[in-house]
Amino acid sequence: MNVASKPALDQATLDDRRLAKVSARDVDVFYGAKQALKSVSIDIRPNEVTALIGPSGCGKSTFLRCLNRMNDLIESCRVAGSIWLDGEDIYTSGLDPVQLRARVGMVFQKPNPFPKTIYDNVAYGPRIHGLARSRAELDEIVMTSLEKAGLIDEVKDRLQEQGTGLSGGQQQRLCIARAIAVSPEVILMDEPCSALDPIATAKVEELIDELRQRFTIVIVTHSMQQAARVSQRTGFFHLGELVECGETEQIFTNPRHKLTQGYITGRFG
Amino acid sequence: MQLIALVATLLLLSAVGFHLGRRRAAARSAAADRRPHSLPVYYGSYVALWSGLPALVVLLGWLAFEPLVVRSLVVDSLPLVARELPPERLGLLMNDVRNLAAGVVTSRDVDPEMAAAAETYLRLKRLGAVAVAVLSLAAAIGGLGLALRRVRPDLRARNAVERLVERLLIGASTIAIFTTVGIVLSLLFESIRFFNAVPIHHFLFGLEWSPQTAIRSDQVGSSGAFGAVPLFAGTFLISLIAMAVAMPVGLLSAIYMAEYAPRRMRAIIKPLLEVLAGIPTVVYGFFAALTVAPFLRDAGTMLGLGVSSESALAAGVVMGIMIIPYVSSIADDVITAVPRSLREASLGLGATRSETIRQVVVPAALPGIVGGLLLAVSRAIGETMIVVMAAGMAANLTANPFETVTTVTVQIVTLLVGDQEFDSPKTLAAFALGLVLFLVTLALNVAALQVVKRFREQYD
Repeated sequence: MNVASKPALDQATLDDRRLAKVSARDVDVFYGAKQALKSVSIDIRPNEVTALIGPSGCGKSTFLRCLNRMNDLIESCRVAGSIWLDGEDIYTSGLDPVQLRARVGMVFQKPNPFPKTIYDNVAYGPRIHGLARSRAELDEIVMTSLEKAGLIDEVKDRLQEQGTGLSGGQQQRLCIARAIAVSPEVILMDEPCSALDPIATAKVEELIDELRQRFTIVIVTHSMQQAARVSQRTGFFHLGELVECGETEQIFTNPRHKLTQGYITGRFG
Repeated sequence: MQLIALVATLLLLSAVGFHLGRRRAAARSAAADRRPHSLPVYYGSYVALWSGLPALVVLLGWLAFEPLVVRSLVVDSLPLVARELPPERLGLLMNDVRNLAAGVVTSRDVDPEMAAAAETYLRLKRLGAVAVAVLSLAAAIGGLGLALRRVRPDLRARNAVERLVERLLIGASTIAIFTTVGIVLSLLFESIRFFNAVPIHHFLFGLEWSPQTAIRSDQVGSSGAFGAVPLFAGTFLISLIAMAVAMPVGLLSAIYMAEYAPRRMRAIIKPLLEVLAGIPTVVYGFFAALTVAPFLRDAGTMLGLGVSSESALAAGVVMGIMIIPYVSSIADDVITAVPRSLREASLGLGATRSETIRQVVVPAALPGIVGGLLLAVSRAIGETMIVVMAAGMAANLTANPFETVTTVTVQIVTLLVGDQEFDSPKTLAAFALGLVLFLVTLALNVAALQVVKRFREQYD
């Protein structure tokens, strides 16, 4: 690592990348001929919330989707570089993206519950992966997931109602419950609060902070206040490059890079 | 020829009215030093419409009633003997009069009375043509003048034009509705006539179909049995076979196209599948009769099954192929309409592509798929050509697909083909069959549209 030439990035990566939960090195992403990410290297540490911020189109969501290979679903998309999960390369041909996604869960921008009952929404993942051997076990998984997602009190009497009938904030917490029911190790959140009102947002943020105990969380957000509130580390993306990454407090109080400073003080973005 | 000249003149008058209206609106508002209520083009359209529409009404009225009026006037001029002929004979006589007037060979010798009638006919025709020209031109000019006088800056020409345009649109849509109503009513009245001859419960629940009625009492082989159950059973059997072919093939190809096919593949496959819908059904018919049916018969013989050379199976299979594009195209549309976010949610949980399709995409698209299937069924029930050619005519009440069966549509065709008298139960039965068929397909279509609507509401 050339510390002298890239002073702002010395905190992005660890000396031993095997200590990181997720570790990316020199990740390039192309959509057809267009390059969306340029040589991104970052280490995501376990049991922390890492926020990715930056202006629209800067590549933060693209990077997030590399971490569970959701970009595989886009025909024209090509990923270069290496990404490790627990020291294991997730882009080797031997790795099954389906199994990877069971370990790296995802919560999307717009709440997207299945048009099924609340119970079936949460039970979907465990059923697919055969996590429960009996009905009672499945009930247990569903209830604890709803509890961890802070939704249990609101829905415990109507588990057989449609998930799409809940309010927006409840739907998003249902989606979080659905994601944690598979017991992933990492949860990726792609602007999870952008479709929610302030009260629902506050509940989800509170939840993210609690979930940090058990999971490693990477969250893409447009709101710098949100990044400051929920994350321990923050990465700033600009035009497909990771400009700066460091402890959230440092990024927001003492950014080292001009661009970061310009963005968080609202001069552009 | 005269008519074309007349219409051209009327159009010209409207165009003139348009210009006059526009100019007058400008002139008047300038004189009164006021801004006109509407744009000049609306004043022009206002005058043009008022000059064109009344004339059009006159013209259409003449086209509709002229033959009737002329005919009754000519009949009145005929000698009493001719006037008291039965209606059919009178009709023939009138045909001859018309032919004579047109200088075409007539079917009987020309007598002075007929010549006089033809003379009257020609005179009336000419008079009518002049009258309509005068009347419609008067209406056009009168309308133009009246409308032009009303053009003032405070005339709400835009609102008036918009209202007229709305009426025109309503008129256009009522044409379709009235045609449908007319068809249904004619079906209904003829069916009632049929049910006067044959009790309705015999028709609906009778097990024997043998529509040849005896004209003379000594005729044999004409029992005149009108039990429609074998026909509906045959229709049902063939539709069932057709759906058994079209449903899996159509659905699976839709799933392939929507979920698996790369974009370029889809761009080739989808139009190719839809070509199937463009093949005329009569081509399917001889494909069924000349290729599929003999093949099935030979294959059946090899397996020791008695397959007749015209079988429900052959017709059903070919009909199934015909409706594959209906199923696959609608299913493809509704599957593609399932939000991408649902797929991503499922894949993001570690579900495979096929698990996602089975457990999320297809259930979410199910109402739309069912709607498409129902539309395909009503299409299969109404299909005629394939069954005429490949399924046979014998009204067997059977569930054996290797036997010859017949369907409602085939029987309607055979009842009405050839020289027929339209007052025997035999021909009237066709209307009753048509009515029941119409009701069944209507019910299916309504159900299908309801289901599709429910699906739409879910994702808007």
